[in-house]
This record gives sequence, structure tokens and C-alpha cells, in this order.
Amino acid sequence: MIPFFSPQDEITFVISFIIGIAFGFILEQAGFSSSRKLAGVFYGYDFVVVRVFFTAAITTMLGLIFLNYFGYLNFSDIFINSTYIWATAVGGAIMGLGFIIGGFCPGTSVCALAIGKIDAMVFVAGIFIGAFIFGEAYPIFKDIYIEGNLGRILIYDTLGISQGTFAFSMILIALIMFWGSYFIQKKISKKEMKY
Amino acid sequence: MKEKKYMNPYLAGFLLGLIMLSAFVLTGSGLGASGAMKRSVISCVDKISHEHTSNSEFYSKYTNKETHPMKNKLVFLVFGVLIGGFISGAVSNRLKLKIEHSPKITSKTRIIMASIGGILFGIGSQIGRGCTSGAALSGMATLSTAGFISMISIFGTGYLLAYFFKKFWI
Repeated sequence: MIPFFSPQDEITFVISFIIGIAFGFILEQAGFSSSRKLAGVFYGYDFVVVRVFFTAAITTMLGLIFLNYFGYLNFSDIFINSTYIWATAVGGAIMGLGFIIGGFCPGTSVCALAIGKIDAMVFVAGIFIGAFIFGEAYPIFKDIYIEGNLGRILIYDTLGISQGTFAFSMILIALIMFWGSYFIQKKISKKEMKY
Repeated sequence: MKEKKYMNPYLAGFLLGLIMLSAFVLTGSGLGASGAMKRSVISCVDKISHEHTSNSEFYSKYTNKETHPMKNKLVFLVFGVLIGGFISGAVSNRLKLKIEHSPKITSKTRIIMASIGGILFGIGSQIGRGCTSGAALSGMATLSTAGFISMISIFGTGYLLAYFFKKFWI
């Protein structure tokens, strides 16, 4: 039954290491080791982030839905992050600001660091400092961190529609975004951008 | 040698999706990055002063356990990302020490911006219980409401504020 291994199995660490290698490889191959390429999503000159991000989310989502449908997987057996409404929203906003200023997110910065980007090394050092600040100042952040716990709620229940309707709508929205991104990109990059 | 071209984004997304799916199937959870950094910080602080971490409501959740804070799948996963990124850079001739920045700004400005961005991401990912990979991407894949709020919040804020940081990028 899925998952095959529990989080504290020794083999889980080995598997996670291998999954990490594959994850890092694909991120780098897709160009996520370049901050200017990543930041392109906010200015319309490069939409690689949208294309990779949504294709990946939809692929996994469909995989999980089908495994569940055929009885191989139970959604209650896999990790689904709890919705802490305020923490998620505020944390996300701070991350968004960090993204537009720093040009990376944690995963992509590790990947960029691996190929020698000095700005990524500094960014990673910053994440450590940020996590340390949070740890030290926890009493200040605590209220927002623990308030508004809605538990393991799912988006289609929140929206009051069926799982299938939601999955289909998400694919449709992604396709429209992919299609639209070409028009925007064409309009914005009149001159060739060189990274 | 010339740098190789980047992979087709849809192919990369599809492969990334399969990798994330195998993470769920084999280990029961998706991808993540900030968790590894959090655990590194916690074990450093714990090494310096165990008394300090024991007295902290936050640190003690990780340090007062049987298992070491670094003994977590995310730590191994992020080590893997480091190696996978390096292999990819090696096969595509992209291994090079450099500071990448817009021609309109200096290397020094870029370094300052990268450090501020990193610190903000460090704080934000702790408050939000995960970063772009752990909270947003893996969350969306499991259809959790948190995943979608996280994604909208990260990218929404990015778009909202993009105008003010334009000169740093283009």
C-alpha cells in the first residue's frame, strides 16, 4: 500500500536523496538556476516558471487522483499540508517579496549554488539567517503561526465543487495560461534577452 | 564549449511531476527545500547551546526528540538537489563561478538584493510552513487549500510589487 516506506525508514533517506538528485537535475535543465530567467515570470519576458510549475503540479495531481481512483492510494495516507489561513497567506506574501528582490526560492537557489552562482550562495546564506531570525523571534511570530488552523482541507471542498470538476478546471486554466503566455512574451521581448 | 540549451519547459514539468509523484508513492510526501535549511539552523543552534533550544518553544519541538533534527528525508533530498544541479550544470557546460545580474545594476547591488531576498524567504517559509516546493507545488499537487493559497500569495505579491523592482531585473 502507498506509501511504500515510512518517513523514519532508513531506505526513505536513500530514496529521498535519489529523488533530490533527479529534482535538482530537472530544475537546472529547465533553467531554474538563473535568477533572471526566474524573475522573467514577473515581467513577462520568460514564462518558464509558469510552464514548468503548472505542468508538474498537474502531472502529480493526476497521478495521485488516478492511483486513488483505482484503489492503490488513500489520500489520508499521504502528507497533505494543513491550512493555517493567516500563516500561509502572510508567509506567502513575505516569500513573494523575497522572490522579487532575491530572484530565487529555496529549491532553485540550491540548484544555482551547485553550478557556481555566487548570488545564489548569498541567497542560501540569507535563508539560514531568516530561519534563525524566525527561531529566535518565535514568540513574536507565534500568534500568526498557529492561528486559524483549518486542518487538512482540500481546495475542491473549500470551493464546494467535485474533485473531478476542480481538476478539469485547473487543467483548463493552465492551458489558457500557457497559451496566453506566448502572446505576452512576444509583446514584451522585442529585443532578445541574453542571460 | 558552448552552453547547451535549456530543456523544453513542458517536458521538464512533466518529468518533475513524475519525480514528485514517485516521492509521494515511495515516501508519502512530496518535495521540499526550506525544511532542510530550518533543520540545519536548529541543529547548529542546538550544538551551540542545548539549554537555549530546550527553553525555546519552537526549537524544542525538534531537539527534544529521540531522532536528531537532521535525520529527516528533506535534508537528504536537498543534498540530492545540490548534486543533481551540479551534474546538470556539468553535462550542459554551465559550471561557472559568477554573479548573474542585470546590466543596469552592479554585482554588489545584486549581492545585497540576493541576501535580503534570502532572509525574507527564510522568514516567510517558516511562517508559511514551507516554500515554493514544499507548500505551494507539493500542496497544489495534493489539492490542499494551503497549496493554492501559498501559490497565489507568493506569485500574487511578486506581481503586485514587480513594478518597484523593475530596474533590478530588466
